[in-house]
Amino acid sequence: MATLQSLDIRRRSASTETPPQVRQAPVEVAKLIDVSKCIGCKACQAACLEWNDLSLSQPIGETNGTYNNPTDLTPASWTVMRYAEYENGDDLEWLIRKDGCMHCADPGCLKACPSPGAIVQYTNGIVDFVSENCIGCGYCVKGCPFNVPRISKVDNKAYKCTLCSDRVAVGQAPACAKACPTQAIYFGSKDDMIVHAEERIADLKDRGFEHAGLYNPPGVGGTHVMYVLNHADKPSLYSGLPDDPSISPLVSLWKGVVKPLSLAAIAFAGVAGFLHYITKGPNEVSEAEEHEADKLAGDKRA
Amino acid sequence: MTNSWNDIKNADVILIMGGNAAEAHPCGFKWVVEAKAHNGAKLVVVDPRFTRSAAVADFYAPIRPGTDIAFLSGVMRYLLGAGKIQQEYVKAFTNAGYIVKEGFKFEDGLFAGYDEAKKNYVDRSTWDYEFDEQGMAKVDDTLQHPRCVINLLKTHVDRYTPEMVERICGTPKDKFLKVCELIASTSTGDRSMTSMYALGWTQHTTGAQNIRSMAMIQLLLGNIGIPGGGVNALRGHSNVQGITDLALLSTSTPGYLVLPTDREATYADYMKSRRFKPQRPGQTSFWQNYEKFFVSQQKSFFGAAATKDNDWAYDYLPKFDVPYDALKIIDVMAAGQMNGLFCQGMNIMMAGPNKTKIRNGLSKLKWLVSIDPLETETARFWENHGEFNDVDPKSIQTEVFQLPATAFAEEEGSATNSSRLIQWHWKAAEGPGESRGDIQIISDLRARLRALYAKEGGAFPDPILNLAWNYSDPGNPDPAEVLKDINGYALEDVPDPADPAKLLLRAGQLLPTFGVMRDDGKTSGGCWIYTGVYTEAGNMAQRRNASDPTGKGVYPNWGFSWPANRRILYNRASADAAGKPWSERKKYMWWNGSKWTGPDVPDYAPTVPPDKAVGPFIMNQEGTARLFARTGMPDGPFPEHYEAMDAFIANPLHPKVSRNPVVRVFAADAKSFGTPDKFPIVATTYRLTEHFHYWTKNAHANAVLQPELFVEMGERLAKAKGIQSGDWVEVTSQRGSIKAKAAVTKRIRPIMVDGKPCDIVGVPIHYGFIGLTRKAHPVNTLTPPVGDVSAQTPEFKAFLVDVKKTTPPAQAAATA
Amino acid sequence: MGITRRQFMRVSAAGLAASTVGALGFGDAGDALAAGVRPFKLERATETRNACPYCAVSCGVLIYSLGDRSKNARSEVIHVEGDPDHPVNRGTLCPRGAAVLDFVRSPNRLKYPMHRKAGSDKFERVSWDFAMDRIARLMKDDRDKNFVAKNRDGVTVNRWVSTGFFGTSSQSNEAGYLTYKLARATGILGLENQARI
Repeated sequence: MATLQSLDIRRRSASTETPPQVRQAPVEVAKLIDVSKCIGCKACQAACLEWNDLSLSQPIGETNGTYNNPTDLTPASWTVMRYAEYENGDDLEWLIRKDGCMHCADPGCLKACPSPGAIVQYTNGIVDFVSENCIGCGYCVKGCPFNVPRISKVDNKAYKCTLCSDRVAVGQAPACAKACPTQAIYFGSKDDMIVHAEERIADLKDRGFEHAGLYNPPGVGGTHVMYVLNHADKPSLYSGLPDDPSISPLVSLWKGVVKPLSLAAIAFAGVAGFLHYITKGPNEVSEAEEHEADKLAGDKRA
Repeated sequence: MTNSWNDIKNADVILIMGGNAAEAHPCGFKWVVEAKAHNGAKLVVVDPRFTRSAAVADFYAPIRPGTDIAFLSGVMRYLLGAGKIQQEYVKAFTNAGYIVKEGFKFEDGLFAGYDEAKKNYVDRSTWDYEFDEQGMAKVDDTLQHPRCVINLLKTHVDRYTPEMVERICGTPKDKFLKVCELIASTSTGDRSMTSMYALGWTQHTTGAQNIRSMAMIQLLLGNIGIPGGGVNALRGHSNVQGITDLALLSTSTPGYLVLPTDREATYADYMKSRRFKPQRPGQTSFWQNYEKFFVSQQKSFFGAAATKDNDWAYDYLPKFDVPYDALKIIDVMAAGQMNGLFCQGMNIMMAGPNKTKIRNGLSKLKWLVSIDPLETETARFWENHGEFNDVDPKSIQTEVFQLPATAFAEEEGSATNSSRLIQWHWKAAEGPGESRGDIQIISDLRARLRALYAKEGGAFPDPILNLAWNYSDPGNPDPAEVLKDINGYALEDVPDPADPAKLLLRAGQLLPTFGVMRDDGKTSGGCWIYTGVYTEAGNMAQRRNASDPTGKGVYPNWGFSWPANRRILYNRASADAAGKPWSERKKYMWWNGSKWTGPDVPDYAPTVPPDKAVGPFIMNQEGTARLFARTGMPDGPFPEHYEAMDAFIANPLHPKVSRNPVVRVFAADAKSFGTPDKFPIVATTYRLTEHFHYWTKNAHANAVLQPELFVEMGERLAKAKGIQSGDWVEVTSQRGSIKAKAAVTKRIRPIMVDGKPCDIVGVPIHYGFIGLTRKAHPVNTLTPPVGDVSAQTPEFKAFLVDVKKTTPPAQAAATA
Repeated sequence: MGITRRQFMRVSAAGLAASTVGALGFGDAGDALAAGVRPFKLERATETRNACPYCAVSCGVLIYSLGDRSKNARSEVIHVEGDPDHPVNRGTLCPRGAAVLDFVRSPNRLKYPMHRKAGSDKFERVSWDFAMDRIARLMKDDRDKNFVAKNRDGVTVNRWVSTGFFGTSSQSNEAGYLTYKLARATGILGLENQARI
């Protein structure tokens, strides 16, 4: 079991050269979240808090009259359950979705990140944040089509689900997947997860969910966290899961034109100058574009 | 549970009603999800709230709290009317054909024999069969006799038409009929339904009858004793099964033997009514051995001091006049008639009904000892916590001890899970500070008390002085030695009755099975149903063989499942009268020509052939299962719908007898019940999956996941009261009032009951004034101090309240 | 575990070397990558088989503790996970069980015997000896005063109803059996647990 992952890097943030491509992880891993089996118990949240030693960093909040607690992802809550009450004709459905990093094949966060090596993607598909290199600029938040990373006010660094890269590295399933009482979270190779999803979808279709399907959005190159949805035709029913996520145009611009320039700038100006540079925003991006990108991100959050 | 957690995967239909398995038992619920994914099972949830179990159900139907008997009786009417019963099973394995005594009747809400003045059934003589000269019950195998059980049952449930069910329960007729159809699909012998219930059925004045109703349905369908079937109580605490087995119950002794009453002055009196008398030819039972179990138990308790000459120390046991169940203890305490109380891992201030009465009672004690790993409201009942516990410590004269106990990780021993599986656990670390294990605390107390009695004498010191504590370290016994004591061993050599030259048991030998227990004092054993857990082959509770050769989820070599390592109870009924499986799909135990065989231990004499016609329900004198309960139920041999004590409507079936006619109401509580004119909303309490009772409010992560008390209500009620999610509301019952935030949800469906809208609110139980979660008013401020007529389980699940918008509690306002 | 800590470090080092070559040449990419994946925190933790203390599913758990049970290392629970071999939970846990560490290490765990005098507004720390002696004395005084040897009809009943005992259904069978024996030997009738509440 020790071979699920090596530390082989597929890509790093803010790097113009491609890492060596000779070593490839034997499998790309994936987590399949089957909402039709999910009872919203939050075992995944508890397991995440405990495994990652986050529990005591997450303040005890208050209720807002829903089951969502914490009410949103936070620097210490890398996954949260979101509950939506959906009236489907006469029938009520309680659509419960585990939210968190999707580990995109084409990660917007990584593309947006200006800090070298702060975000890496391993050949097994995991997208991981390397805190030492994180400068807390928040570009990963804007770059993420799923609105996942959160910046800590304590240490000004970005945090999100690591897919338990430390567990996967030694051949263990992520803590949330292991804990899940109903196998709503299933972990294995991405290929196997897709095959398993097909069986689940057939069962759901048998039970009358004609639009059951797999959520593995092509706009981000597919994801290493996938969903089986009863209503795959309307992902947004599930507390605003993006119907067709893609990387913001701002990030594409940054990636294509701005980033090489800024990297060159870093080389000369050093980190302090770089911080100033990104805080003020590069000249090449107009304020209108910035606003547009914010709006996009905001819409997705709603 | 009659079956096991793993066995649920064999079900074709799963009915969750009177419980919420997904939230209360998520890891057990996994086998529901397995059944759905791999056995094509359909999950049906009937609940006042659309719960997280309902979220993954194939079909959900709403119901008004406290009306389950009406619903289930309607199901029985449907099954009997549509002929959707497993005829052969019903005929062979139940008392369907037994002829009931003349004079038995049910009229205007009352069975025969009711005494209005005593509010009790004083004459239950007609609740019985007709017997022949040999004392055998008379049976009409053709099921034609008008007074045979099945025909009386048909008449009894005939009133529960779908229209009546809708009128009482608020369940729309079409939804009710859909549930009936799904249930009926398992009457065929090749399909099975499992019933999963918990406190949603027990916490009513009609609690035991709720469960009986389901047991009757399962018998009609032939779903008892077969894989994927059964009536499965999903129990609450990790060892509530074990502690029940070991009889921390007011009127029991371990292994479901009965504590003597003061009507049983002598041992002979006591044994007279315990001796098993068969009511069908050839019937056998475990209970034939009652005296062997009892004598072995007394030897375990009192060792050499229990002799034949002193009737095995019969007088060392206290005899009860009335049952001292939890509600009675609270009542005695509140009346100022109790001086001392131990609360060992029991937060009675939160767990009992009517907090105010409990707190008053605790204030009248001379002393209270709390033994617990955690801070509890009970140990700090005297402390002022603002409006959440507004008391004046100076006025409370109770002396309180708070003793720190270790928790699971810090001790070893065995515990018995919901499906009777006894499993050992090992110690991982020391407890915090000076905490001590329960074994050490109890042993220390025993040693000090004994020393005082040895020195000073006092009231009847004999049982204390002679209490057997023959462990290597009496101050802190090794749990393994105690488990051996519970299992039992031979006190002297026991010759083999078949061949006196041989020894059946040698002195000191651990008993392999309760079948070798003796009534002559030669064996000791604390709890007969546990015998076999620790034998000469070792500690069976430690077994960890994860193999399941047949793939049916039996795991015969994992731990030890009482009795006799049996995983499915009544499993003889998985084969027909001739001993053949009902179907290939549900094949489990069968007669192979010379013995009963299959993946489990037969719940039957292993070599008695089917043609001897010994019934499969060997705990009953008649050997068959009881559709008609001839004894044991104080409120009638058939279940009947009665309204909760806080009655939302007059009972449409018999308005003059609206509520359970044999409810025990203490004089002090006579004015404790609310009426719908003042309290027009139905309330129910429940558990959240993120919390365990009153413990996890002390665990940081769980406090994060559900930080604060709330009140769930439907949109119709919220709109009428101008309430939005997150608003503070005041909930008031006849007993008191609490403040909490509103959670307005579509998941509490608007229903109509008896022609009027019925709004329901749900309040989770977990929050109090101690813990890391936000301080809250304990919910039992609202609940009524009355219990089920059979078990005295409090009526936490159905009561009346009013709700209005309010301002935040002072403390919450200050920190906001 | 299919990999030892030593092997794991070799894997890390290999990854690190490869990625350093590919780095742009500025920043300490090597260090960053070394820290990128947390070391597996249970590598040599002591593993103990136990059961979840909450509901009666009684899921198997593996408790990981600090120290190898050597004399000078005090065991502390650092992590709890589901037992994958357990037939019922198969490694899974619910939100209570998955966070049971926070119960074990709760700030509200009791550490010392405490005593509240009549009318007092606080608990005061006392010794076990003080507490147990005093409790035994209070028990005996109440029992001797209120023990009922015979009822009105002269039947020997040997009961003590002025003291009650709520036992816990979260203790082991062994502790429960001893609790039963002691309570009944004193004649207590008011003996209950959570089974019927």
